[in-house]
Amino acid sequence: MTTTLCTDEQVFGRSAGLTEARMHYCPGCTHGLIHRLVAETLEELDVLDRTVGVCPVGCAVFAYDYFNIDMIQASHGRAPAVATGAKRAVPDAVVFTYQGDGDLASIGMAEIVHAAARGEKITVVFINNSLYGMTGGQMAPTTLVGQATTTSPLGRDPGLAGYPIRVSELLATLDGAVYITRQAVGSPKAVQATKRALRTAFQVQLDGKGFSLVEILSSCPTWWGQSPREALTWTETGMAAQYPLGVVKDTTGSGTE
Amino acid sequence: MTTQTRKLMKGNEALCHAAIDAGCLCFFGYPITPQNQVPEYLSALMPKHGRVFVQAESEVAAINMVYGAAATGVRAMTSSSSPGISLKQEGISYIAGAELPCVIINVQRGGPGLGNIAPAQSDYFQATRGGGHGDYRTLVLAPASVQEMYDLTRDAFDLADKYRNPVMVMADAILGQMMEPIAITRPPLPLPEPHAWGTRGTRKGCRTLVNSLYIMPSELEAVNQRMQEKYARMGREDTRWEETATEGADVVLVAYGSAARVCRTTMDILAAEGVKVGLFRPITLYPYPSDALRRVGEQTKLLFTVELSAGQMVEDVRLALEGRCPIGFYGRMGGVVPTPEEVADAVRAKLAGV
Repeated sequence: MTTTLCTDEQVFGRSAGLTEARMHYCPGCTHGLIHRLVAETLEELDVLDRTVGVCPVGCAVFAYDYFNIDMIQASHGRAPAVATGAKRAVPDAVVFTYQGDGDLASIGMAEIVHAAARGEKITVVFINNSLYGMTGGQMAPTTLVGQATTTSPLGRDPGLAGYPIRVSELLATLDGAVYITRQAVGSPKAVQATKRALRTAFQVQLDGKGFSLVEILSSCPTWWGQSPREALTWTETGMAAQYPLGVVKDTTGSGTE
Repeated sequence: MTTQTRKLMKGNEALCHAAIDAGCLCFFGYPITPQNQVPEYLSALMPKHGRVFVQAESEVAAINMVYGAAATGVRAMTSSSSPGISLKQEGISYIAGAELPCVIINVQRGGPGLGNIAPAQSDYFQATRGGGHGDYRTLVLAPASVQEMYDLTRDAFDLADKYRNPVMVMADAILGQMMEPIAITRPPLPLPEPHAWGTRGTRKGCRTLVNSLYIMPSELEAVNQRMQEKYARMGREDTRWEETATEGADVVLVAYGSAARVCRTTMDILAAEGVKVGLFRPITLYPYPSDALRRVGEQTKLLFTVELSAGQMVEDVRLALEGRCPIGFYGRMGGVVPTPEEVADAVRAKLAGV
């Protein structure tokens, strides 16, 4: 038996949803990987030409250089309000925000809660790496108890700084939120699950069902003081112990993952 | 709404009709006195016309919703009153920085802090100097009647589009709450086509970014220089004011908005005593009608500024005149509106010393 391998046939390439720009992310950071998953999902749903992305203040502040779609840069925490304005003005557009945990869970807590409560037909990609990366590794609302950051050098003391916020569970109490899931990208299996979750979340929007959010436990080897491999593992061990993985809420009625 | 006959309405209602007639697609608001009629009225009016109304969770969210809607290339508006306008300043800076058009209504109340809900003009510095962070300006229109609440709000949308810049309509509690007959003679506009640059999805491979982040200082300076040229053009092409009996006047009152209404009666009082008195009413507070005011000031004995503030616009009067003419000032604060008689007293006292 002979097998012919067609070497001139491209079997894999950069998503059309990404530009050719070189990303600025640190080695071992998962922002780049998650950008790719979002871009591939939008490409597979064939909605790249009608998508509007809203990028945050934080490490993903330059996301508008990387997503090959229309993009709006929002001020710190306000992306859900900006997305609300865009979606209400252009209901046929696919509108998503891409926000970190400082942006979404601290300064932007009001905007995310009310966007979910209103059932805004937007999709939120929520990157939780348990601290403020861009500004230098400060404590975030999501920082684990005992976790050392540049503003909790002795470890987060709940007596002084309270407890981490489980955003997905909090938002799941709101009737306007239709699909909320927490995923990770620390292993190939997790990456595949995240991709499926993103597809479901955007499908919820395309079906006009309401607010959808995918929380993704993400690594920050730079400010965690870990190697990239250690950091990836930590997302699915240390972080996942505080933030359990899986679907938090699904009222789509379609029995999604 | 068009009608040849006059209709009696509140200033806050008039501006709502102006927004509808100007083709405003989206309104985002939040309750605060004395502008509550605006979100109340538009919550009924916008859906009736197939438009968007959202009651936001805060003034901060409302202005960011305006930012998101304006980014898509449609006409968008928000309204508030002084403390709420303070909250919107971050968003206004971003909208100015991204060079998007929008209309912001400020039905001013007494301050600082929570202040009160009575009429004031103490947000003049905030409105005319930018208000938020960075070297930007908003074009500021100052109505002095319910008719102008309609007319200037309509114009505000055109000016915002012309300059791709936020335009503020500076009213106050009197103008928002009082009822006057108005005539709407301009036909309503259909909803305008969204601007081609709007973030509505890519077209023919071209994508749009709405952004105010420029990491390279030289790049950000170039953006700022272009914006400054835009503001200079506003001054050349869209400075507005109204003069009443300024020709040959011995004293010219300088006032805008509700203070100008008080001054009209003061003029009658003083004119009856034989005083040659005129009124110079700035209609754009930024760009300020400095050249026109200088010409008036050079031909009169006294410019007398009247404000519902400690004296904010009077600084622009002084800057315009550069010492060429004596300048008097009378202001009341905290929501107190001066009577025409007490303004006349203040003018007489100042005139006696000139």
